[in-house]
Amino acid sequence: MTPLELATSNGARLQNAHAGAALAIRGMTVSYGQKPAVFSVDMSVPVGSMTAIIGPNGAGKSTLLKAALGVIKPLAGTATVFGQPVADARARIAYVPQRASVDWDFPTRVLDVVLMGLYRELGLLGRLRGTHKAKAMDCLARVGMQDFASRQIGQLSGGQQQRVFLARALAQNADLYLLDEPFAGVDAATEKAIIDVLKSLRAEGKTVVAVHHDLSTVADYFDRVFLINTTRVAEGTVEEAFTPQTLQEAYGGRLATGQLGQTALGA
Amino acid sequence: MLWHALTLQLGYNATLVTLGAMLLGVAAGVTGTFLFLRKRALVSDAISHATLPGVGMAFIIMVALGGDGRSLIGLMLGSAASAWIGLLCIGALTRRTRLAEDAAIGAVLSVFFGIGIVFLTFIQTMSEGRQAGLEGFLLGSTAGMLYSDAMIIAVGGALVLAAVIAFRRPLSAVAFDPEFAASSGLNVPRLDLIMMGLVMAITVVGLKIVGLILIVALLIIPAVTARFWSERVTGVLWVAGVVGGVAGYVGAALSAIAPALPTGPVIVLVLFAMFALSLLFAPARGVLAAVLKHLSFQKRVHIRQGLLALAQGQPIYEKLTLRLLQRAGFARADGVATTDGKARAAKALRDETRWQMARSREEFALAATFYDGLTEIEGVLTRDQINELDRLIGAPRGVPV
Ligand SMILES: Nc1ncnc2c1ncn2[C@@H]1O[C@H](COP(=O)(O)OP(=O)(O)OP(=O)(O)O)[C@@H](O)[C@H]1O
Ligand SMILES: [Mg+2]
Repeated sequence: MTPLELATSNGARLQNAHAGAALAIRGMTVSYGQKPAVFSVDMSVPVGSMTAIIGPNGAGKSTLLKAALGVIKPLAGTATVFGQPVADARARIAYVPQRASVDWDFPTRVLDVVLMGLYRELGLLGRLRGTHKAKAMDCLARVGMQDFASRQIGQLSGGQQQRVFLARALAQNADLYLLDEPFAGVDAATEKAIIDVLKSLRAEGKTVVAVHHDLSTVADYFDRVFLINTTRVAEGTVEEAFTPQTLQEAYGGRLATGQLGQTALGA
Repeated sequence: MLWHALTLQLGYNATLVTLGAMLLGVAAGVTGTFLFLRKRALVSDAISHATLPGVGMAFIIMVALGGDGRSLIGLMLGSAASAWIGLLCIGALTRRTRLAEDAAIGAVLSVFFGIGIVFLTFIQTMSEGRQAGLEGFLLGSTAGMLYSDAMIIAVGGALVLAAVIAFRRPLSAVAFDPEFAASSGLNVPRLDLIMMGLVMAITVVGLKIVGLILIVALLIIPAVTARFWSERVTGVLWVAGVVGGVAGYVGAALSAIAPALPTGPVIVLVLFAMFALSLLFAPARGVLAAVLKHLSFQKRVHIRQGLLALAQGQPIYEKLTLRLLQRAGFARADGVATTDGKARAAKALRDETRWQMARSREEFALAATFYDGLTEIEGVLTRDQINELDRLIGAPRGVPV
C-alpha cells in the first residue's frame, strides 16, 4: 500500500470504530501555553464498556477528559458522544472531577450538591420539587451517604466527599460517566462502594470511563484500558493493551520491570 | 427627628428616596453574595472606581451640548460606559499578559480613579461646574435628589434583583465547582460576565446614593455578614438581602435629616454594626459561640477521660481534669472517686467498651462514624443493637459467634 492508501484505509477503520462509540476523540491536542499536555490523541470508547485511563502524573489524563467535555478548549481535534458533538449530547454525560477544584467552605449541604446534578433538567426557572429531592436522596443512598444529607460539604472526609460527587453524577442520569480518579485517597470500603456503583451502571448498559492509578486492580475493575503519556500509548481490551510492554512505554523508567510483570496481565 | 426619618415621615420625596435605597441595598446584598462566593469581591471595587471618568465625561459632554450636566440618567450612562471599559481592561490584562488578576485590578482601579479626579478638578474650574455637586458621587448623598432620580434607583434595583434571582442556580453552580458547571453545559465565562454586568448595574444605580468609593461595602459586607448565619446559599442570599436592605434604608433615612452627612459612610457604619454583631453572636459560626463550644467540649473531654481513668484505677495527672471531676462531685481532692464518681466511671467504661466493639464490627460501621469519645452509645443505637453488642463483648474475642 502506498502511504496515501494506508492513510485512507486507517481513516476508514477509525470511522468504523467511531461509529458505535460512546465517546470518540480524534486528533485531540491541548496545550497550556506552548507545551502540549495532550498531543494528537485518538480514543474510541465502545458503548457499555468500562475503560481505565492510565498514565503517570502529568500525562494529560485530566486534560484529555476536560477537553473531551469542552471544559477547556482544545487546540485541535474533536470529540463526539454517541455520534453527536459534545455540546449537543450534554444531557447524556456525567462528570466527576478530580477533587481539588472545589471550595470546601462553600455554604452548601450534601443534598444541595447532589441537587446540582439536576440543574440541567430543572432549567433556569424550574421549581425544585419534592420529587427532585427524593431523586437526590436516592442517589445518595446508592453511594451509602443518605445519613449525611444535611451536613455541610466541608465537614465530610475525603472519601465521603468523593462519594457525594459520585451521587451528583448519578443524579445527572447520563449514559456516559467520566470520572477523574474516583479512587484517589479513599479507603478499601469506599473503593468497594464506588466500584459497586460503577459496575451496576455498566450492568444497566451505561458506559464508564475512569482515570485510574492503581495498576493492581485494573484487571478486576475494568474491561478496557487506555494508556496515555501525552500521546496515546495503547488502547484496547485489558488483555490486548495492558501488557508489560505498553506499561513500560507509558511510564518509561519510572516503574521497575518486576512491578510491571506482577501487575500487568500476560506477563 | 431621627424617629421621623426612620418611620418615613419626612415627606414624599424623602420617603421615596429611602425606599429606593432600601431596594438598592437588597439587590446589592443579593448580587454581592455571588461575587463573594465566586471570590471576585475585589473586582467590584475596580468597577466602581472605574465609573468616575465616565461621570466626568458625561457631565462635560452634557454641558457642551447645552444641558445643565446633572441629569442622573446621563451620568449613569457615562459611568456604565467607563466601568465597562475598566472591566475589559482587567480582562485583557489578565488574559494577554502574565499579570495576576489582583495586580490588574489594582492598576485599573487607580488609573481610572486618577483620570476621574482630573476630570472632576477640571469641571470645578468650568463656570457651570460650581453647582455641579459631582463630589456627591464619591461618597454618596441624597441631598437634592429628585423624584425621578429616586424612581430610577428603585426600578433599577428591582430589575437587578429579579435578574439575580433568575440566575441564582447557574451562578451558584459556577461559584461552587466551575469545572463541573462547564461540563454540564453552563457557559462559565458568559455567566461570569452576566454576574459582572449585574454588579456594574448595581454600582451605576447606587452611585448617587452610596458613592463609588464605598459601594463595594454594600456589595460585599452583607454577604460576609450573612455567611455567619447560614450554611446554605439560599439562606445566605436571604440574610444578605435583609442586611443590605436595612443598611440602605437606615443610611438614606439618616442622611435625610442630616444632609451634610454623606450617605455612603452612614451605610457603611450600619453595615459594620451588623457585621460586628454577627461576628460575635452568630449561633454556629460566631466567635462567642465558638469559644463557648470549645470550653464545653474541653470540659466534657476532661471529665470523660478522668472517669475512664478512675474506672481503670489509673492516677489522674492533669490538674484541670481533677478540678473538673471534683467540681462535678465525682472525685475528692486527692483523686479518689466518690460513690457517685464510681458509678459514673463504671458507666463511662461500659460505654467506651461498647463503642470499641461497635467500631470493630462491619455491621455497626455507620454508627461508628458517630464516635467522638463523648457521645453516649445509647443515644445512637437501639436497645436491641446494644444487647447485641453486649453479647459480642461477653463472647471471647477472636472466636466467631
Ligand atoms: N491549568 C494548567 N495550567 C498550566 N499547565 C497545566 C494546567 N493543568 C495541567 N497542566 C499541565 O499539563 C500536564 C497534564 O496535566 P494533567 O492534569 O492533565 O495530568 P494528569 O495526567 O491528570 O496528572 P495526575 O495523575 O497528576 O492527575 C501537566 O504537565 C501539567 O503540569
Ligand atoms: Mg489528573
